[in-house]
Amino acid sequence: MDKPTNQNIRIGFYVCHCGSNIAAMVDCPAVAKYVETLPHVVLSRDYKYMCSDPGQELIQKDIAEHKLTRVVVASCSPLLHEHTFRGAVEAGGLNPFFFHMVNIREHDSWVHTDKAEATTKAKELAHAAIMRVAMHKALEVKRVPVHPDALVIGGGIAGIHAAMTLANAGKKVFLVEREPSIGGHMAKFDKTFPTLDCAACILTPKMSEAGSHPNITLLSYSEVTKLDGYVGNYTVTVKRKPRYIIEDKCTGCQECVANCVYKEAKFPDEFNEGLGKRKPVYIPFPQATPQVVVIDPKTCLNFRNGELTGKCKKSCVTACGEKQAIDFNQKETFLELKVGTVIVTTGFKAFDAKRMPQYGYGKFPNVFTALEIERLVNSSGPTGGHVVLRDGKTEPKSIGIIHCVGSRDKKTNRWCSRVCCMYSLKLAHLLKEHTGAEIYNFYIDMRTPGKGYEEFYDKLLEEGVHFIRGRVGEVTDWAMSKEEMEKGKLVIRVEDTLAGYVRRIPFDMVVLATGLEPQEDAQSIRRMLNMSCGTEGFFLERHPKLAPVSTFTEGIFLAGCCQGPRDIPDSVAQAGAAAEALVLIDKGYIEQEPNTAYILDDECCGCKSCIPLCPYTAITFDAAKKKAVINEALCKGCGTCVAGCPSGSIVQNLFDDEEIFSEIEGVLAHE
Amino acid sequence: MSNEWQPRIVAFFCNWCTYTAADLAGVSRLKYASNTRVIRLMCSGRVDPQFILDALAKGADAVLIGGCHPFDCHYAEGNYKCLRRFQLLKRMLADMGIEPERLRLEWISAAEGEKVKRVINEMTAAVRALGPLGIPQKFAEWDKEMEQFTAHVQAAEALKAPCAEHAPTQEPAHV
Repeated sequence: MDKPTNQNIRIGFYVCHCGSNIAAMVDCPAVAKYVETLPHVVLSRDYKYMCSDPGQELIQKDIAEHKLTRVVVASCSPLLHEHTFRGAVEAGGLNPFFFHMVNIREHDSWVHTDKAEATTKAKELAHAAIMRVAMHKALEVKRVPVHPDALVIGGGIAGIHAAMTLANAGKKVFLVEREPSIGGHMAKFDKTFPTLDCAACILTPKMSEAGSHPNITLLSYSEVTKLDGYVGNYTVTVKRKPRYIIEDKCTGCQECVANCVYKEAKFPDEFNEGLGKRKPVYIPFPQATPQVVVIDPKTCLNFRNGELTGKCKKSCVTACGEKQAIDFNQKETFLELKVGTVIVTTGFKAFDAKRMPQYGYGKFPNVFTALEIERLVNSSGPTGGHVVLRDGKTEPKSIGIIHCVGSRDKKTNRWCSRVCCMYSLKLAHLLKEHTGAEIYNFYIDMRTPGKGYEEFYDKLLEEGVHFIRGRVGEVTDWAMSKEEMEKGKLVIRVEDTLAGYVRRIPFDMVVLATGLEPQEDAQSIRRMLNMSCGTEGFFLERHPKLAPVSTFTEGIFLAGCCQGPRDIPDSVAQAGAAAEALVLIDKGYIEQEPNTAYILDDECCGCKSCIPLCPYTAITFDAAKKKAVINEALCKGCGTCVAGCPSGSIVQNLFDDEEIFSEIEGVLAHE
Repeated sequence: MSNEWQPRIVAFFCNWCTYTAADLAGVSRLKYASNTRVIRLMCSGRVDPQFILDALAKGADAVLIGGCHPFDCHYAEGNYKCLRRFQLLKRMLADMGIEPERLRLEWISAAEGEKVKRVINEMTAAVRALGPLGIPQKFAEWDKEMEQFTAHVQAAEALKAPCAEHAPTQEPAHV
């Protein structure tokens, strides 16, 4: 590796106006003029949009005409356009790593208010880049082969769609779902807005298709517990929870359920939000995929505190007969999978309405969450679609729907959950249809952006549903007046901001439109997959606009509500996009930054202090030569060993000592 | 504001968390002091203590290091390695008479654009209160003192030993 000599360093510098994004706060011509005076700079220009085609062509033309050997562009964040300019430099015939980028937009023009100061900062950052780029070496991009199989974590609508897309393209997919059945939240919904399609009618065919697809291995009642390996070649450990049923042998006939020693279903049913009852052996819902029952050891008489007691007469086993699908001795097992790409579709958690005690959920029986109502209006729900109060018989005559519960609220979650206005409208329509009750919606703002959404709102207005603009203060069972109308009812107290006074309105039933939150274990998934989270705790995409389904780790993609609240069409669209994984699989390799470290053999004294520093055990000791050796395939380029080497004999490509020291000198050079 | 003395802060931000957070601060159009010059590294574990000393020696008034929160390091534990080196170096700087406020380590996640703003503003205010570190100027003064001292010694030697044999040679041997 030749140290570049002065004669062959000819730097071209470009400062981008980014329209007025940069030029409004940084004097771009002044920066260009300053840089022109610096050593090795043969050309310095300012230009309106460097990332545009003409901007990139300008670089290529200048490389040819002015025999440039290095290029520096001062514009936006390198996380956004470094690859663009590296491409331009390469197209101009130079090694793409003879390029450096200066961030004078996100780190300068957008965050400062004094033009002189911002310009000085831009000059100093540019000076550093000029000094640094002179030290750059030619490097080659590493290509890592990608394992052709894919993993989808989470079997809601996004996960199912992503898995189906990959599988239909002929790729092998592992679909991991932690519940006994795939389907996610959508399986619980009755109808979907704004078309009022039956959710089950559109989802369940897709579920069974995914369940029987030859290219999809469905791992239900399972969780991903570990992800090892490196980009494009992961080893995934999946925990298979014991369902005490041998999946291959169960036909879903449910004879065991009918013959359970519990004649009556008496345990709260998770799928129906606890509104219905199930037996210890059950199938979560009629269209569950896979069609395999599950035994709950917490309620089954054959178990006590998770230990097998054998005290039940096991009528289920007898009922199962020759199929012999029931196995009480099943234990947790761990499965290892090899995959190249991962699509994360872990979905959301509904806001816990108990966190807003003023609305009385859990205190007043007739305060319901929206998900509970979804089950109540569903004809295969716990009441067969008959909307009744918690007592199981009374039909409500008046219903109040409170919007933004756990959304747009500084005390709980600040974000808008995007779907609540629309699903509240849908529930208002369905409740009206089922009960003929008077229905009131209490909203802060109606948010109905989407195809046919505003029209749906108009339709509801025509249907005679009432809308009151104001955040509800409280739900109370205290009747203020002696009037009969408040007695025994739930009273919503709200400031009607359009009418301009505080109202008390009595209801039989109150529905809380709970918002969407990140899953409880989102943080541990994030750590496992080395992703980032936004402030709210939803997974962070690589770029909100240009790379909305990619993450910062190549080969790991996001779709659905784990990235932020969204409705079904958006989740499905995004899941289709997450099948971008296909591109990687078909290309067969991932390109990686060549920022790995290597040892200077002549200088290494064999002290071994670098070896324990490496988190990837990429460094080993060559006992014969008495030198450390770095395995380039395992090195991920963090540079920790470089900083720790006492003799300075480890070099990190792209971030070597002389590059960084010249950058330090550069940022401080300007007086 | 521009009339006031402006400290110069060199910052080393890790690519994954803090640099991204600074980008977020930009995208969110947060406004903060313009004194900091960010150098991007892949990991805070790459921050060699020599970088910090070198920055101070070349005229920085303070150095800021930004890395991922504990457990969140993109490279598993580079931020811990950084923390260990930081603790050692901090003591050393104190022994050299450099105020502890001039070196700061902060964990800033990709979501914390607000924290970038706060930390940079706080640090700028703290360093402005301390005043310039001025190591390059001190180096210049020390060099001048050394020259004077050398000249002094040479003059004394010349007086003491008029004999030509003992006079210092005109050309130093090592050139």
